[in-house]
Amino acid sequence: MKMTAYLKINDLHKSFYPHGKTLKVLDGIDLEVEKGEIFGIIGFSGAGKSTLARCINRLETSDSGSIELGGTDILKLSKRELLKERHRIGMIFQNFNLFDSMTVYQNIAYPLQQARVPKAQIKERVLETSELVGLTDKLKVHPGALSGGQKQRVGIARAIVTNPDFIISDEATSALDPQTTIQILDLLKEINRKSGITILMITHELDAIRYICNRMAVLEEGKITESGLVRDIFENPNSKTGELFAKVFRLLQSVELTQGGGI
Amino acid sequence: MSLLDSSLWEVIKASLSPDIWKDLWGPIGETLYMTVVSSLIMLVFGLLIGILLTVTNPDGLVPLKASYTVSGWIINCLRSLPQMIMIILMIPVARLIFGKAYGTNACIIAIAASCIPMYARIVESSLLEIEKGKIEAAQAIGSNNLSIVFKILLPETLPSLIRGFTVSVISVLSMTALAGMFGAGGIGDIAVRYGYQRFQHDRLFACVYILIILVQLIQGIGNLVSKQILKTRNLI
Repeated sequence: MKMTAYLKINDLHKSFYPHGKTLKVLDGIDLEVEKGEIFGIIGFSGAGKSTLARCINRLETSDSGSIELGGTDILKLSKRELLKERHRIGMIFQNFNLFDSMTVYQNIAYPLQQARVPKAQIKERVLETSELVGLTDKLKVHPGALSGGQKQRVGIARAIVTNPDFIISDEATSALDPQTTIQILDLLKEINRKSGITILMITHELDAIRYICNRMAVLEEGKITESGLVRDIFENPNSKTGELFAKVFRLLQSVELTQGGGI
Repeated sequence: MSLLDSSLWEVIKASLSPDIWKDLWGPIGETLYMTVVSSLIMLVFGLLIGILLTVTNPDGLVPLKASYTVSGWIINCLRSLPQMIMIILMIPVARLIFGKAYGTNACIIAIAASCIPMYARIVESSLLEIEKGKIEAAQAIGSNNLSIVFKILLPETLPSLIRGFTVSVISVLSMTALAGMFGAGGIGDIAVRYGYQRFQHDRLFACVYILIILVQLIQGIGNLVSKQILKTRNLI
């Protein structure tokens, strides 16, 4: 089965200049994510994962290169077009970043209001989405009353409520305990299966990638050092990070097998 | 009754007598009027300037370094003026607007001029408290800056804004008392004319009671409201 590339990143560069020093965070990233897949990007902290994620919806301005998402050249959009395009890109965060002043319902409805969806449709869509993520009984409470897993469900609902084609998940499960992590990953999987939404999973958690992704890339010091099928990379790593991760993974696996737990 | 010829206990007793309080209701009204009107003016302009400062901050939504630096400098200049000097400075301005340089309305101008810069800074620091991630999430959703300010930034920091406003209203109240020295009327006027110039310490004491009660009341309301909001949001 031949799929089409949905996200195409070419030679992306981004540097920061803290205290007069030059810090090359992204140093020529090439990446292709196919439509409908869950693609993982793994790397140590400081590898540039989050910067890469934030360049895709232009929360961060890249220095050079090109980003094409569903045929749209993201970097060429005007400010106005960018706001519109962002309605079509969902984003999930490690710290959820929910709005405490709003109820769960209002949190999920917010992106629809921003996209100027008619009121009657908003209600329908919010109810639909909250059912999908399993939050129908929490719509009236504020996020402050929710557990971490429930908060991330709201985060996911807020990201998918506008029916986007693409979701960026920036360490979405890194703040959650193992059980909750599995539930959230299952939810993402289900959403992906039901709606064919493309998901870019950025994480440092091996288990998460292994559990949910088909293909992945390893990010190391601002460069993609290898990419391909998750299975191949875990079995036959070609990069420093890949090797280290594979080693850690094998270690973890042997521990977890004896404990009967883990993913 | 004065402490010069009576005991403290007698002065306190006298300060509670109806004779004294019947002359105080008018000044209390004046003080409340000055406090409420000045606070409203301070709220509107302080919020506006505070929002502008936050938005134009080099790390803000619309970084405008020059405008941020200049407005910050002006605010600092205004804030370095003691309240009393501000009242004196505003005398010609009040005369220009109201045709007279004394009275409650004239002093409201001085109070506003002194308290707006202070409240603007308090608003700024409240708004800067917001977690950056929330702003980022709103941007990722595709919100424009206007929505981010009014639907995210202000509501999210509301409890802190209310606490800051409470502190500022108390500061306004204390300035109305000072303004009493410059013909603004109110409690401060009574304290100066009777308590200071005529040694009528019973009246002075009564003024102190009123100010204590007002401050407690303002702080209490502020705490209650901000706490109630945090409770509704399940944050405490």
